Amino acid sequence: MASSVTTPPRSGLFPDGFELGRLLLEGRAFFALIAIIVVFSFLSPYYFSVSNFLIMSSHVAIYGILAIGMLLVILNGGIDLSVGSTLGLAGVVAGFLMQGVTLNALGVVLYPPIWVVVLLVCALGAFVGLINGILIARFKVPAFVATLGVMYVARGFALLMTNGLTYNNLGGKAELGNTGFDWLGFNRLAGIPIGVIVLVVLALIGSLVLNRSAFGRWLYSTGGNERAAELSGVPVKKVQVTVYMLSGICAAIAGLILSSQLTSAGPTAGTSYELTAIAAVVIGGAALTGGRGNIRGTLLGAFVIGFLSDGLVIIGISSYWQTVFTGAVIVLAVLLNAVQYRRRVKKTTETGGPSASLQSNGNGQTASATHGKIAS
Amino acid sequence: MKPLPATPPASGDAVMSARNIAKSYGSVHALKGVNFDIHRGKVTTLFGENGAGKSTLMKILSGVVTPTSGDIILDGEVVHFSSASDARDCGISIIHQELSLAPNLSVRDNIFMGREIRTATGVDFAEEARQAKALMADLEEDIDPMTLVEDLRLGQQQIVEIARALSVDSRILIMDEPTSALSATEVEVLFKVIRDLTSRGVSIVYISHHLEEALQITDYAVVLRDGAMTANAEAKDIDLEWIVRNMVGENFDLGSPPTGYAFGETALSIEDVSVTDASGSGYSVVDHLSLDVKAGEIVCIYGLMGAGRTELLEAVAGRMPLSGGRVIVEGDDIAGLSISQRIDRGLVLVPEDRQRDGLVQTMSVGQNLSLASIAAFTRRMLMSRSGEQAVVDEAIGKVHIKTDGGRAAIGSLSGGNQQKVVIGKMLATNPRVILLDEPSRGIDIGAKAEVFRLLSERAAKGLAVIFSTSEVAECLSIAHRIVVMRRGRISAQFGADVSKEEIMAASGEAVHV
Repeated sequence: MASSVTTPPRSGLFPDGFELGRLLLEGRAFFALIAIIVVFSFLSPYYFSVSNFLIMSSHVAIYGILAIGMLLVILNGGIDLSVGSTLGLAGVVAGFLMQGVTLNALGVVLYPPIWVVVLLVCALGAFVGLINGILIARFKVPAFVATLGVMYVARGFALLMTNGLTYNNLGGKAELGNTGFDWLGFNRLAGIPIGVIVLVVLALIGSLVLNRSAFGRWLYSTGGNERAAELSGVPVKKVQVTVYMLSGICAAIAGLILSSQLTSAGPTAGTSYELTAIAAVVIGGAALTGGRGNIRGTLLGAFVIGFLSDGLVIIGISSYWQTVFTGAVIVLAVLLNAVQYRRRVKKTTETGGPSASLQSNGNGQTASATHGKIAS
Repeated sequence: MKPLPATPPASGDAVMSARNIAKSYGSVHALKGVNFDIHRGKVTTLFGENGAGKSTLMKILSGVVTPTSGDIILDGEVVHFSSASDARDCGISIIHQELSLAPNLSVRDNIFMGREIRTATGVDFAEEARQAKALMADLEEDIDPMTLVEDLRLGQQQIVEIARALSVDSRILIMDEPTSALSATEVEVLFKVIRDLTSRGVSIVYISHHLEEALQITDYAVVLRDGAMTANAEAKDIDLEWIVRNMVGENFDLGSPPTGYAFGETALSIEDVSVTDASGSGYSVVDHLSLDVKAGEIVCIYGLMGAGRTELLEAVAGRMPLSGGRVIVEGDDIAGLSISQRIDRGLVLVPEDRQRDGLVQTMSVGQNLSLASIAAFTRRMLMSRSGEQAVVDEAIGKVHIKTDGGRAAIGSLSGGNQQKVVIGKMLATNPRVILLDEPSRGIDIGAKAEVFRLLSERAAKGLAVIFSTSEVAECLSIAHRIVVMRRGRISAQFGADVSKEEIMAASGEAVHV
């Protein structure tokens, strides 16, 4: 990717410049990943091997796919808490379709082929996202609340569909023509799990969309300043609805892969995964206020979380400690984000015009702490 | 809270002085070494146009902003305020131009916000309510202290803001445009309160755009222009003409109306347009207004704050809904179209607040410049890098932005260059009509002249230009026609040969009583 004026700073697959200080701060997710790999490779002889990396990567794939969808939403300045539930619902609906759909009126049982199942489940994900998007863009419900509600509703539907039980038979039957569901979770192309390949493909498409398409530019601009974007003719509502739909589709894809990996579809699958996805995006350097972030960082964030928790499993640390470590990493990441963005704000106000005075008030006050108090 | 000083208002000596106060934001000098005295027990009025530095100076005196250099002298000693509460502890309080009330709280809670009257068991709400009631009585306003501020009309909210400043018992009270939303009777009551305060030894600093009104109450007048003090005098020695002359000063040449070509067809026709106040009060901020602008014509809309200029421009651009009327661009009614459809039809708006509405701070200069014309360099879903670069280069060249090729962060530019980015962004869409809301706000005089030169060049090529301003000098620059707005209506229209005094009279700024 040639560096060019039009590339947003830090939004390609590769960094645009290689200044050392900037690289250290902005590449923190990358260095964290390296550190994790080095530390666990010393602690366990099993960690550093191609096969282990591939297994861990197939775990990361689930979070990574969710996180790509989440990144789009966060770039828009929103949040999507419903992806974990959508993931669960998608798996259950896939399981339901695999068992055959009985049409009472015609007295037949339909066994849709796998590609139809995949398409229907993706459409379901898009539909859940559409509801989120309409609630947020049209009815002005805060994203946090709208997606929180949809999170419960989707989870409820997943439980209702199976009465709380799990679909265990996802293999399909050759004579019904619906075999092959396990391909997503178990097969490998050139030794690489399909889930990882899906993740890479989605990441490449995502990067292309964010950097090269008009939609990507619209997304960065609405997240950065919705009012300015709107006055520049950006269809801000359409962008908002679309990101939630894309996030829903990503969740559905993750749901398909997860249930295929597990060869079962349970209604509680994916519980709290939305938080992991948000964590990956944040570790990847995106700002929750919108407008800043990229696919590269988000992928690194997903790998940091996945490689850390798998590493802790491999060296036999209690899962309670895993939770503590993961939490600490997230807090550290957010702290570093704050450092990075504060630096940028300072840079801006130093040279900003007088209308930036609201920001510089803050600066002025912190600076004047050194002035000492009143003399009289 | 400090007790009132016992010293009688015997002489006009300075209770507080600013010495060589300068304040810069980056390369922009908002104040350039101002000397300013607040006279004990008197009303000192600060006159000046928008951007002259009045509000910045008041923010420095009240500790909200720290000066870049210079001293503040209070009672003969140099003081440094590091926050507004430092200044409040010294008995200085300020009524800000923008209301700073919490609309979800009651009048009583707003008045005592942050200074609640505490007892051992909590807050003494009864005492607070009693004092709030007394303040309302002083201001002759029939407001129950328990009313929520959001239920009050704007003028009453301003009264609450004033009451809050009065409740501090300060010895120096700064009032920045306290009357902008008040009725004539409320202004009279406020003046009575001001006289009462000064007789008790309180020193008042007063800022107002309503010159005659301010002249009634003031004892001393100080005029600021472009961040420097240009004149000061006792009120008894001056008149309106003196203030206007010193405010406006000698004309910096902002250009003259472009000539040598004939206007084209009517490009924009605003017919009987009304806009209802966004707060839902049902009040019309733009009231059945009609205006035609021809291709190649430059129209300046002048008016005071609250005259409805911004609302008119935003409604025409599609940012606010119309409550009536039609907007016709080159023969088509566009009143029902979205903002992006209007941009496609050739109607664009450069908003008043470029930080809030004009720029995306997270994107580069180039990305901001190309934002409104992405479609022009997008082929089969993908943006063309070279196509975008061409748009960016053209914009940078045409509007003369001082930047290194568009890759720089938008925040690294000076205010004037940032404004040129917003204008360049909209000009890149090749509009037929451009609306600019206060295009010169917060930019220095050189950048101002450049912006105006750019607009007159474009007008000569057939662009219809409508810009609003609150500085009279700007009306008398490149505009072929000057439209004065007052309370949502056009109160007068002038040709380019009008005088400043005529414009100000039509706006209600200098009404001859």
